[in-house]
Formats: sequence, C-alpha cells, structure tokens
Amino acid sequence: MAISLSNPARRRLRTLGFLSPWLVGFSVFFAYPLIATVYFSFMHYNQIKEPTFVGLRNWKYVFEQMPLFGPALWNTLWLVVIMVAVRVVFGLSLGLLITKIKTGAGFFRTAFYLPYLAPPVAATVAFVFLLNPGTGPVNEILSSIGISGPNWFNDPDTAKPSLVLLSLWGIGDLMVIFMAALLDVPKEQYEAADLDGAGPFAKFRYVTWPAITPIVMFAVVTGVVQTMQYYTQALVAGKVASGVNIGPGSVIQPGYPDHSTLTVPQLVYQMGFQNFNTGAACVLSLVLFAIAMAVTMLLMHKRSGLLAAED
Amino acid sequence: MTSTTLSAPASAPERTAPARGPAAARARRKRVLHWIAVHSVAIAVALLFVLPFVFVFLTSVMSDSQAMSGDLWPDAWHWSNYKEVFETPGFLDWWRNSLLYAGLGTLFTVCSAIPVAYALAKFRFRGRRTAMLLVISTMMLPPQVIVIPMYLVWAQQFHLSGTLWPLIIPMAFGDAYSIFLLRQFLLTIPKEYIESAKVDGCGEFRTMVKIVVPMAKPGIAAIALFQFFYCWNDYFGPQIYAAQNPGAWTLSYGLESFKSAHSVNWNMTMAATLLVMAPVIIIFFFAQKAFVEGVTLTGVKG
Repeated sequence: MAISLSNPARRRLRTLGFLSPWLVGFSVFFAYPLIATVYFSFMHYNQIKEPTFVGLRNWKYVFEQMPLFGPALWNTLWLVVIMVAVRVVFGLSLGLLITKIKTGAGFFRTAFYLPYLAPPVAATVAFVFLLNPGTGPVNEILSSIGISGPNWFNDPDTAKPSLVLLSLWGIGDLMVIFMAALLDVPKEQYEAADLDGAGPFAKFRYVTWPAITPIVMFAVVTGVVQTMQYYTQALVAGKVASGVNIGPGSVIQPGYPDHSTLTVPQLVYQMGFQNFNTGAACVLSLVLFAIAMAVTMLLMHKRSGLLAAED
Repeated sequence: MTSTTLSAPASAPERTAPARGPAAARARRKRVLHWIAVHSVAIAVALLFVLPFVFVFLTSVMSDSQAMSGDLWPDAWHWSNYKEVFETPGFLDWWRNSLLYAGLGTLFTVCSAIPVAYALAKFRFRGRRTAMLLVISTMMLPPQVIVIPMYLVWAQQFHLSGTLWPLIIPMAFGDAYSIFLLRQFLLTIPKEYIESAKVDGCGEFRTMVKIVVPMAKPGIAAIALFQFFYCWNDYFGPQIYAAQNPGAWTLSYGLESFKSAHSVNWNMTMAATLLVMAPVIIIFFFAQKAFVEGVTLTGVKG
C-alpha cells in the first residue's frame, strides 16, 4: 500500500473489507427496503402514477375496513399457536423415541428426517392428493376400516388442522435438533437419578427437561418466526384443493375454503401484486415485521443459545 | 460444540458375570419388553412417514382413470407417465432454471459468507456484538416484509422482472442465515491455528484461504446444502419475479401450473411431484453428514 496507515486504522479497514459483502447487502437488501416499506405505508401508490402522501389512510383502511384482514390475522395467529405447539411436542417426542432406539437407528432417523427435505410445493400437492376426500388413499383406507374420513383441505373446519398434519410430516429438522440436545444431557445425571429410584417421568421432569429448556425455547421462537411467514403451503393447498383450473399468476381469491387458509403473507401478495394497492400491502408487511421483531427481542432476552459462545 | 455423532449410544453389553436368580431374570424381561415397546412404536411412526412417498409413487405409475379411483395398487405399471412429464412443454426449462438458481445462488452465498463469518467469529472490533445482532435480526425477517420496495427497484430501475436474477444477485451480498451458521462453526476452530499462520507471515486473507477454509469444510458444506435446498424449494421468490414469464419458471413454481394443466390426471401430477422431490432426496443420501452437522449447529450452543 502506498499510504502507510497506523496499525489500528489498518485493522479497521481490514475488518471492513471482510465484512463488506454483508454491509452492502444489509444496507441495500434490508435497511433500504424496510425504510421504503414504512414510506410507502403512508402513500397512495398504484405502481403506475407517482405516489401521493395520504397520511394514515392506509393504516386506517387495513385495521378498520379491510374485509380480509381479520380472518388472515386470525389464521396466522392460529397457526402460530397451534402449529408451533404441536410441532414442538411431536418433535420432542420423536427425539426421545429416536434416542431410545437400539436396532436400526439409522433407518429410523432417515425415515423421520426425509420428508422434511421434500420441497414444500411438492409435499403440499402430494398431501392434497393423499387427503382428497373423494379419491384420496387416506379416506379410502379409513372407510375400509369403517371410519368416514373428514373432508380435510376442502372443509373450513379441517383445512388448518390438515396444514398442521402436513407440517408434522416435515418435522425432521426439529427432531434432529432435539435429538442432539437429548444426547448432550450428561449420563451421570441419569445414573444419579436411577440411584435415587426415579421413574421415567421423574427423570424427564428433573433431569431431561431442565437440560433441554434452551433448545425448546429456541424451537418455539424459530417456529413462531417461520410460521409468521407461512405462505407456500397454505397458498398451494388452497389452490390445488379448490380444483379450479388456475395457472400461476392468475388472480383468484386465496384462502380456499372460505378464507380458512388465508394468511397475512398471502394478503401482502394479493394487495401488492394483484390489486396494486402498495400502501395497504406495506402496512400489512409492517404488521408482520412488528410481530416477528417482538419475538426476536424475546429471543435476545432469553439468549436461548443463539448468541451463546461469545468468546 | 463437537460434532454430535448421530449414532444413538448403543447399549454396551453388560460386562458382569452372568446374572442369576429371579431378580436378574425380571430385569432381563423388563429390558426385552422395553425394546419391543420402543421398536413397535418406531415402526408404526416410520410407516406413517414413509407411506405418503409410497402412495405418491404408486399413483404416479397408474393409468389416468385408476389414479382417480382411490385405488392403492396400480393394475398396470405405466412407466410412460414419467416420459410424458418430461415431454410437457417447458418442463425441461424449469429444470434448467431451478439448477441455475440453486447452483449460482449457492456459489454466491458461500463466497460471500466465508469472509463475513470469519470476521464475525475471529476478529476483535468495536460493534461486533451489534453486527451479530443485526445478522440475527435479518434472519428473523419474513421475506414478505421487504418484498414490495425490492420488487419495485428490480422491476422499474433494472427491468429484471421476468427473470431470476433479482433472487440470485442479492446472494452475492451475504445471506444472514448462512453467515450465522458458518460463524457458529468457525467459533469452534482453535485460535492457535490462526495465530501460527500469522507467525508464518500470512496476512488475514491468506490465513482465511489456507487455514480457515480447509478446516471449515464441514460447515461450508452445510451452508452450501441448505442454500441449495432453499433455492430449489423457493416458491415465493419465483412467484414474485418470474410469474409473468413462463420461460423463467422453476420446478417448484411450475409444478402448480402442471397440476392445473393436468387437472384430472393425478398420476401425471404425482409423477411430476416425485421428480421435484427426487434431486433433494438423492443429494441428501450423498451428503447426510454435512446436513446433520448443519442442523445441530443451529440449535446447539457453540
């Protein structure tokens, strides 16, 4: 280098150099669009004419008049609560099961993990077919043992539970995380509990649970954040189950049946890219953002392993 | 953390003298019953996980009419369904686009994540914690939150809507999730290696290339795999940027239109569905270790 720099200044430059891809990315693909989203939430903009300032009109519209905002928010929160709870319980149970398996563990691990890898669109199309009330194999099997199966994705009451079922098929990631956590619990503690004559429930309650609480927290928080973005499965399930002949890009009312699978992200897409109501779409985005941020703050607060290993 | 080996601890054979007496017999019986209970449950659950794949496959080789009937077993095996799927106009283009998106996206992500993760893991500088917090915040951000202004820029300033470039280019500027994951991995590399490289007169960059990257291969493999899968599975991104141009659709996105075009042919749709799943499943079998490494890194303290 021609210019001689003092050591600390050189070090700072080097750090900046190494961080530069992310610094650019953060400013251009995160900070800027976030500020622009806030800006557009106060504008009327149909993506053709110049945006005009309308104050709080978009906000009022979303919270007071938008017919689908209520159902979409309700569905999203329903999924956040129920789906995350069921997934964590099921994932932990599978983790416990897999750590107890002594024969053929590799086979079972793969069997439980593999569906998680199936692309969401493919998994959803497959499930809509499997659970198809008229011609699907699942109801066929149920009726052969004398149970008349539900209408799954075609009934507003069972559409969301069907989505939960679909998400349980893809539980592999959680299972592996819980499995790793369970294997990290010191064996001596179990042996000590054995000597004290603890049964399996006491062991879980006093040895296992305290040791894995941070991981459970982690699973809950990431689960909430992921479910806030729940989009692809709900959209594809609704479209395919409705049986309407629709190619991608065609405008339909999402959330079949009866808006029961309509989530907030779908509404963002509909407002922004089909109705060209940029302002309302940005308000909805910020609602999502606020909830996701609140959860993140909670996570930072709890330090559930995410920021661990500082030095 | 040390990489958790995934083999569940095998029960060590008990190295005691062969036990005698009723108490020992009872204990042995209890163990056997426990084994039977655990494995019956495991087999039942495994069946539930595997059967969807089986039904999808069996349906994909049925005739058109049989696929509509709810039958479980094909009368005749119509392998030609797969040939027909490949002959669907556009199917091969989607295949190419998916590979392009996933391949380039992975390459860009890995190249940009390595220096950033290295700096965040091993450099001392003011604002390190803040930078880490910002990375995690970005990770937590639903993509729908910023999609509208982003789309407007790509479409109006760069005229790139109708292509996949708006999805690929940002990956050259650091993907938060990959940076986070790789940093967790790099934390486990002992300082001594890096210091000794410096003593030998390597600059930071050479140290990174010569010492850190070779040692971080498992971590790099994990983020590469995750990113490849993310791109391969992505539906929202192509829907935003490629919807108007079927020539730019990916497999994940095109599958749905395939369903519409073959609305009554569940057999064709299931064959296509299986073909969309196939690459990720094949890759997984070849790279199982790297995966597990990555998954456990996310949730386990460093």
